[in-house]
Amino acid sequence: MLSIRNIVKQYAKHRALDDVSIEIEQGSVFGLLGPNGAGKTSLIRIINQITAPDQGEILLNGEKLNPSHISKIGYLPEERGLYKKMEIGEQMLYLAQLKGLSKADATSRIRYWFEKMGIQSWWNKKVEDLSKGMQQKVQFIATVVHNPELIILDEPFSGFDPVNAQLITNEILELNQKGATIIFSTHRMESVEQLCDSIALIHKSKKILDGKVKDIKDLYRNNTYKIAYSGVLDSVESSLFTISEENKNEKGTHLTIQINPGFSSNDVLKFLIPKVQVTELTEIVPSMNDIFIQNVKN
Amino acid sequence: MSKIILIIKREYFSRVKKKSFLVMTFLVPILIIGMYALIFALSMQGGDNIPAVEVIDDSGIFNKGLENKKSATFRKSELSLAEAKQKVIKNEDAFVLYIPGNISNGGTIEMFSQKKAGISVINTIESQLNDQMRTKLLADAGIDVLMLDKIKPKLSVVSKELTLEGEKDSSSGAAMAVGFAAAILIYMSLFIYGIQVMRGIIEEKTSRIVEVVISSVKPFQLMMGKIVGIGLVGLTQFLLWITLSIGLMTVASQVMFKGKMDQIKSEVPMNKQAAAVSTDGPGMDIIKAVQTVDWTYILPIFIIFFLGGYMLYSALFAAVGSAVESDTETQQFMLPITLPLLFTYIMSFSFIVNNPDSSLSFWLSIIPFTSPIAMMVRLPFGVPNWELALSIILLIAGFIFTTWVASRIYRVGILMYGKKVSFAELGKWFMYKE
Repeated sequence: MLSIRNIVKQYAKHRALDDVSIEIEQGSVFGLLGPNGAGKTSLIRIINQITAPDQGEILLNGEKLNPSHISKIGYLPEERGLYKKMEIGEQMLYLAQLKGLSKADATSRIRYWFEKMGIQSWWNKKVEDLSKGMQQKVQFIATVVHNPELIILDEPFSGFDPVNAQLITNEILELNQKGATIIFSTHRMESVEQLCDSIALIHKSKKILDGKVKDIKDLYRNNTYKIAYSGVLDSVESSLFTISEENKNEKGTHLTIQINPGFSSNDVLKFLIPKVQVTELTEIVPSMNDIFIQNVKN
Repeated sequence: MSKIILIIKREYFSRVKKKSFLVMTFLVPILIIGMYALIFALSMQGGDNIPAVEVIDDSGIFNKGLENKKSATFRKSELSLAEAKQKVIKNEDAFVLYIPGNISNGGTIEMFSQKKAGISVINTIESQLNDQMRTKLLADAGIDVLMLDKIKPKLSVVSKELTLEGEKDSSSGAAMAVGFAAAILIYMSLFIYGIQVMRGIIEEKTSRIVEVVISSVKPFQLMMGKIVGIGLVGLTQFLLWITLSIGLMTVASQVMFKGKMDQIKSEVPMNKQAAAVSTDGPGMDIIKAVQTVDWTYILPIFIIFFLGGYMLYSALFAAVGSAVESDTETQQFMLPITLPLLFTYIMSFSFIVNNPDSSLSFWLSIIPFTSPIAMMVRLPFGVPNWELALSIILLIAGFIFTTWVASRIYRVGILMYGKKVSFAELGKWFMYKE
């Protein structure tokens, strides 16, 4: 759906993006990850045609990005803001019309969303009279009111309380099911695991990792298992696995092991079952958080 | 294109609907009319509280007495100085003029009263006393005063404008006043509306709405939409002021003249009636002056120069607004914008007025950064059409240029946060590619 090809963006002496290429599939929820200052916002601004890249190109549905695509993209920036003195209904109408909706269309869509969010009574309120969380709801509506094919959310959950965060999450997933492609920019890894199909990790202006979440996790599995058993193990065959951690208490023994190449968890079980009572064997799969930290630190 | 109209509409209506706009729109003409009415009322009232001055003349020189004037009446007093002083202490409306015996060519004459005597009273006394003293001194020196009065020449110069269309009286007074008023109005409104543009941009930048908006429109469209929208607000305000003022003025003058005529008829004392007739100055002058001014010529030129100057300067204000994050940071960038305006303003009222056709005045009214103010001051003295045309063309070129420069700074500035910006930095932004 979206092909980002060899994008370079240079600001005076600072290179914000260095030859970044990313493919985002139709209908996916894509996580754009990276520490602060990595270049995420620069990339998002280029996708939104706020700035232009120095090199490279971006294709949306196979077409080179152009002004007609503005109405197909919805963007929620990280730094939120609205016109404080303007009434909310009027403000929504203005923003929706800027995205290319007719006034009649805009009005009915805004009504629909206000009802959905239970905020019909806010139409004539001024933004300055709303709490921060309420303002963010309004902004979310402004982002999606024109039914965009591609929704870009920059740190969508910052500032939301857990109830509203869940509400927004559900709305995002619903839009995704209806066919919208979602790009998330975040450094909150728990929401990435919960929502994203694929990710790209940008660090120091370069893409250092991308792919499906599952594939990436598989890639970072290193045959580490947690084993719990009761009974006494008199000898440990060192060719099968190496123990990295051992804890003993009255209930039994907890081991963290790494299985040596050429063997599987079944081999370990075959070895253990005749000798001890195995109560637990789980693979330790690295979390996205671990993968993120590991990559950024290297 | 439809998007820029949306932006213009928002900028326009969000301001026109504000209470402060309505208040300003009605308050200014009411204040103008109020001032006009006050001047009129004061001039009508002048006759009521004329000080009656008692004159003690110890010198015996001024035995002709002093002539009654509209500012004061005079009466010879038989009291001694001490008695008269007592009277002043007891009576707050008493005025006593004491002329000492040893007065001659120079000297001091004293006026005693509880209330301070007005300048016009003092002036009329001084001039009368000096006249009489002069006559006496001339007579003493053997000069025939009657002869001297006869050979007082009375020449006057009337200025006539001679053009191909014939000659006409140039009532330069009223035209000049209108020209000056226009220049002051342009000077003030360039600041008022320019700063509104700047504030609007700072608001969009600090509230971060700008990022949402420019994901829908180009930064240039947003900037131009704002400038045009606010310019239309200014234009609306002017037009409302002009219509309201003229409307109110017509109504007010009708009411007042009717009242004045009645007053003249009903008032019996001859001297008071004379006083009333001679004070028709302020009221009549304004009406007459307003009628002599060629509005169909001045008004369109005023609007062209206001719009041109506004576009030129508001683009610069826009660039400043985009570079900063709060009003307090704007100062260093404001200076280069304020200086040419202030310079022209000062030059207009100190130099151009006296030398409207000098080459400096010419250049000030041609260069786009100074022409909106300078041209308004030169206009009443007659400006050839080719100069006017050249000035307007250059003004248009000027605002296209400043808009271009400003938009290059603006597009980078509105997305820059947390940076202390210098002029060098602005230069860098200007050079950035798209």
